[in-house]
Amino acid sequence: MTAKRRGAQLGMLAFAVLIVMGAYAGVGLGINGKVPSGMLGYGLGLGGLMLAAYLVLAKFAPWADPLLLPLVTLVNGIGLVMIYRLEEGGIKDASASNQLMWTALGVVMFSATLIVLRDHRALQRFTYTAGFVGIVLLVLPVLPVVGSEHYGARIWMNLGPFSLQPGEFAKLALVVFFAGYLVAKRDVLALAGRRLLFIDLPRARDLGPVLITWGVSIAVLVAEKDLGTSLLLFGAFIAMLYIATQRTSWVLIGLLLFVGGAVLAGQVFSHVQARFEGWLHASSTAVYDSGTSYQLMQGLFSLGSGGILGTGLGQGYPGLTPFSFSDFIFDAVGEELGLTGLMAILMVYALIVERGLRMSLASRDPFSKLLGGGLSFILAWQVFIIVGGVTRLIPLTGLVTPFMSAGGSALLANWMLIALLVRMSDAARRPPPQAIQDEGMTQVMQR
Amino acid sequence: MSELTLLLIRLAFLAVLWFFVIAAVGVIRTDLFGSRTAPAPPRKPAKQPRPVSKPKKGEPRQLIVTGGPLQGTIINLTETPITIGRANDATLVLSDDYASSRHARLFPQDGQWIVEDLGSTNGTYLERSKVTRPTPVPLGVPIRIGKTVIELRK
Repeated sequence: MTAKRRGAQLGMLAFAVLIVMGAYAGVGLGINGKVPSGMLGYGLGLGGLMLAAYLVLAKFAPWADPLLLPLVTLVNGIGLVMIYRLEEGGIKDASASNQLMWTALGVVMFSATLIVLRDHRALQRFTYTAGFVGIVLLVLPVLPVVGSEHYGARIWMNLGPFSLQPGEFAKLALVVFFAGYLVAKRDVLALAGRRLLFIDLPRARDLGPVLITWGVSIAVLVAEKDLGTSLLLFGAFIAMLYIATQRTSWVLIGLLLFVGGAVLAGQVFSHVQARFEGWLHASSTAVYDSGTSYQLMQGLFSLGSGGILGTGLGQGYPGLTPFSFSDFIFDAVGEELGLTGLMAILMVYALIVERGLRMSLASRDPFSKLLGGGLSFILAWQVFIIVGGVTRLIPLTGLVTPFMSAGGSALLANWMLIALLVRMSDAARRPPPQAIQDEGMTQVMQR
Repeated sequence: MSELTLLLIRLAFLAVLWFFVIAAVGVIRTDLFGSRTAPAPPRKPAKQPRPVSKPKKGEPRQLIVTGGPLQGTIINLTETPITIGRANDATLVLSDDYASSRHARLFPQDGQWIVEDLGSTNGTYLERSKVTRPTPVPLGVPIRIGKTVIELRK
């Protein structure tokens, strides 16, 4: 019998909030030598928000996994502290109060998702609607009036005073679509086909959806100059295909297609080429001076000066890296908390993903399994793409570090993702209804 | 704020961060997530067989294993059929390489017990003859299934 483990959840939540408050204090002590006056405000603000999220969770998803919320609270809080620290360090665009507001909106989205969506399996009915919505959200920024281009990527949508990245929400809709689609088609994808050498080849006509998804992700790459989202979407689809069919051939085909597409794009499009150039020859003087790898190398210097134990909160110079509050927040954290701190944060991400995958294993129906696996995978994949990017393992792509980077859309979308995981873990862990009677006995009627 | 204090704060913060991770892992470890083997709520005692209407004279009341590894086993005959074989759900579970998983069946009909072979590989023998179709079993006549011999007794 699974337990609800409310106590553990509340304890871990309080622990996470305390760590974040400690980090605030550390930043103040490191910069000014005194505990910052806003610490109590931020700490109570975050604590209050998370308490609200906890209460909603306890009411509407009482059997949910006890760890998801505290873990997310910790990374979100560390991100807040880091943005606060950069703001204190004089970075204009970093705004901790903005980020706190977006966190609040994220918690509102989290609660709303939990309250409105009582049974995630209802989403299966909207499979194709979700697919359509996802594509529309992806296309929106390309349209002339609503879309706008910043920093070389056309992924923003103007909405009055705000600008949103609809792509962040598109990925949720598309994962729902993939899950629903694959539940219906998994058998045909898994069983039809021939065996060649050691892999099972699918039939040519079953390749259709894979090719379409590939086309869409390449189109995103070309039209929006957004390598990150492109990689994210295609990776998610291939991973879910693999979860659904257990066939390695799909992964191989997917990898070949993507690498082929990326190499081709690198030949044809200058902005992709620049990304490759900045990655492969990051430390060459010519590339660095031309500015192509300036940001990446600053991030690496930042990580290097952090070393194993870090410079200590508030005592490094993470502000030297451009966009250290959004894309490069991982390097900023790495400079001040060191490898030790980064590993702890990566562990927290790994635990979130582990809970998600575990929940998807425990789920009873294939749609939940696929949806849970897909959502957990995109979270992990996102962390991999951005962390791999800023540490120069793979070419740098502009993705956010989930929950940490400054940025409203991503925060909202990721809180919704966690709400979906919480909803599904509630369903997976809820004990099956007890039979009121044993077979053969007279039925007990309850009035 | 001295260097030493800042260093201590830094190390303490990292330690606490890791402690959080370890605590989280601890929650997972003690969390019986996904385990469905926990004790089920106590079941109500299985339905008691209705008391057998008093057996008429000459009707068998017991099945006794007279040969083979289970020698000495006694099964009280009720009105429910008895299945014999290697399957776990058989009434008489044999661990015998010569027996099939669902080997044979004994069932009451009109005051008589009938033995029926359920398509076993090595056959069921009533006395010396192979059972090819449902056959009434007289009292005290050995039924041979693999190495096991059973008899009906009063």
